[in-house]
Amino acid sequence: MLRAVDTIPIPMPAGGRSLHRFANPGRFLRISGRVLPFLAIPALVLTVVGLAWGLLVAPPDYQQGDAVRIIYIHVPSAWLASGGYLSLAICAALSLVWRHPLADLAAVEIGPVGAAFTALCLATGSLWGKPMWGAWWVWDARLTSVLVLFFLYLGHIALVRAFDDPVRGYRAGAILALAGVVNLPVIKFSVDWWNTLHQPATLSLTGAPSMHVSMLWPLLVCIAGFSLGFAAIVTARLRAAVMERRIRGLLLAQAQTV
Amino acid sequence: MTHLPYIAASYGLAVLIGAGFAVDAWLRVGRARRRLDAIDPRRTRGRDAG
Repeated sequence: MLRAVDTIPIPMPAGGRSLHRFANPGRFLRISGRVLPFLAIPALVLTVVGLAWGLLVAPPDYQQGDAVRIIYIHVPSAWLASGGYLSLAICAALSLVWRHPLADLAAVEIGPVGAAFTALCLATGSLWGKPMWGAWWVWDARLTSVLVLFFLYLGHIALVRAFDDPVRGYRAGAILALAGVVNLPVIKFSVDWWNTLHQPATLSLTGAPSMHVSMLWPLLVCIAGFSLGFAAIVTARLRAAVMERRIRGLLLAQAQTV
Repeated sequence: MTHLPYIAASYGLAVLIGAGFAVDAWLRVGRARRRLDAIDPRRTRGRDAG
């Protein structure tokens, strides 16, 4: 007997089975409930310490004066803009390849947070650019590629909510997220590939940082605090999304039995 | 401090966005937990037993 194509089970790729052990909503809620305080409390402490250190203790720049203190917001938010999108793309891959049930929900919850930090990066860049460059905005390669990243986030947010069937929205959003990954190396290397008004990278994994240690430490503390804060916010949102999905399922089951 | 309005606006925006998302997530989790406690039979059974 012939079977409809969409009823034929597709074997899961090898790596997916171990991933799916963590996909059980009850297990996720238990584990994330234990992990969340260890993300949220250090995030709050590190962010407050880092921002106070950068604002009150770190020295002003010899050329830029106190305007350099914007770096303690701008660089962590730029890091999260790109890092957040990378995590969105990883969730998209987990969803498309392994059909991981929590990956779609995670992508939906990462989108608005990543978009907000990208907007913060653009806004603080503008607030830094006006006194230093004399302009709120220039169509520089770095600024423009980050603006494209912001639009990719907005596109993802709109696309995952655009279908009556949420699964179709998740699939479309996942494809957009994966296609948009090409923008990440463009953002990273834009200051090397093109002659930009934006300064080259301050921090590098391979080379020495181009700033004094008295400014570097508060910046690293802020990056750590912002990153843990991002993880804590996304984890909390994902916990809420898992519970809301369970609520919808229960209400639907109740409605069908009536 | 030089460029104070630009610095204050940057730090203000950061606090607003960070705190806004944190409070929203915290309220959303609380709301979902209360709703789930009210309608989930497994949770109700657990509460009655313990």
